[in-house]
Amino acid sequence: MVIEVRAVTHRFGQRIVLRDVDLVLAERRIGVVGANGSGKSTLARLLNGLVVPVQGSVLVDGLDTARHGAAVRRRVGFVFTDPDAQIVMPTVAEDVAFSLRRSGLDRATRAARVAAVLERFGLEEHADHPAHLLSGGQKQLLALAAVLVTEPAVLVCDEPTTLLDARNGRRVADLLRDLPQQVVLVTHHVEQLAAFDRVLVLEGGRVVADAPPESALSAYTALVTEASST
Amino acid sequence: MIGLYVPGTSPVHRAPAGGKLAGLAVLLLALAAAPTPAALAIGAAVVLLAIALAGIGVRIVAAQVRPLLWVLVPVAALQTWLAGLGTAARVSAGLLLAVAAAAVVTLTTRTEDLLDAIVGVLRPLRHLGVEPDRVALVLALAVRTVPVLAGLGKEVRDARAARGAERSVRAFAVPFVIRSLRYADRLGEALAARGVDDA
Repeated sequence: MVIEVRAVTHRFGQRIVLRDVDLVLAERRIGVVGANGSGKSTLARLLNGLVVPVQGSVLVDGLDTARHGAAVRRRVGFVFTDPDAQIVMPTVAEDVAFSLRRSGLDRATRAARVAAVLERFGLEEHADHPAHLLSGGQKQLLALAAVLVTEPAVLVCDEPTTLLDARNGRRVADLLRDLPQQVVLVTHHVEQLAAFDRVLVLEGGRVVADAPPESALSAYTALVTEASST
Repeated sequence: MIGLYVPGTSPVHRAPAGGKLAGLAVLLLALAAAPTPAALAIGAAVVLLAIALAGIGVRIVAAQVRPLLWVLVPVAALQTWLAGLGTAARVSAGLLLAVAAAAVVTLTTRTEDLLDAIVGVLRPLRHLGVEPDRVALVLALAVRTVPVLAGLGKEVRDARAARGAERSVRAFAVPFVIRSLRYADRLGEALAARGVDDA
């Protein structure tokens, strides 16, 4: 699927968080890196219409996110940093099922899809467990499962491994790597992007590097080094 | 006081959610209308029978009722002062029974089934502007939010203790309110991302 970001500038109050961003995102694996406050999360939120730009436009599969938010969100799933804020229902299976409540599918089909996705993410034994008692890694897996059960064409993840330990972070990263969906991954863990098709580096709300991982990450490392030495 | 579903195949588990909610409503109305010793005894028998049939154990139900004691003790004291010991005992017993009965319903019913039942009951009110799905979602979020806020409270208490301010109400209230609002903000964003506001 093609996502077009056209001449986007966005601000929160007086603070400009993105400036003149132009992108065409069509690759299967796209990484986004940058310092805190560089605009990564805002860029991610633009892609499924959670944030609508104050200038410019974002088109997903030709649909403007400002006018077709619902249709865009059916195509683009979103995973947040903190799974606790993403889990809505009390138990694991119910939270996944919640994503399908408005799908129009009958109850049996919904239950089958929930069971299948829980099995895929190794959560089937926890189906009836309270979601708040899961470990951090399991909660993030649940958040992923709850998004993927709707079968979006694109998955946007905003630092999904930041709150996880190394083992769980690796597990989530491996799952993301193997998904059939197009994935846009915002992360501070640059090693997760080594096999990606394209990496964007953001700094001060601008895209300062846009290249395959090796050269983009070199540019990012240079930026970090420069910032550390000043 | 809000129990999470305990999986099972008992007759109570298999009973339709709408029927359980209707039964709960009848019991609550009966206890409120005529909190006589006879009505309380019948109510207690019904609740105990449901617990036994469900096989969930009195201890699990008691754990749901225990937080009520913080409310019950001052209410009983006030009732004793205003209306006498007999009335206080009947009101307290009625409250305990009501919460125990509600706990049996939530412990034996999946939230999704409860939501479907509530949506079904509220559907006729659509033309009055009531949005059944939204009401059901609010109830589900209330259930989900209780453990989250309890966890936030514990983290804030720990942080307060780590800084040697165990007795400071302000050192608890300010960060707790801020973190709760942040949680609400993130939850709202997550709901939007999951298409809750989409037609």
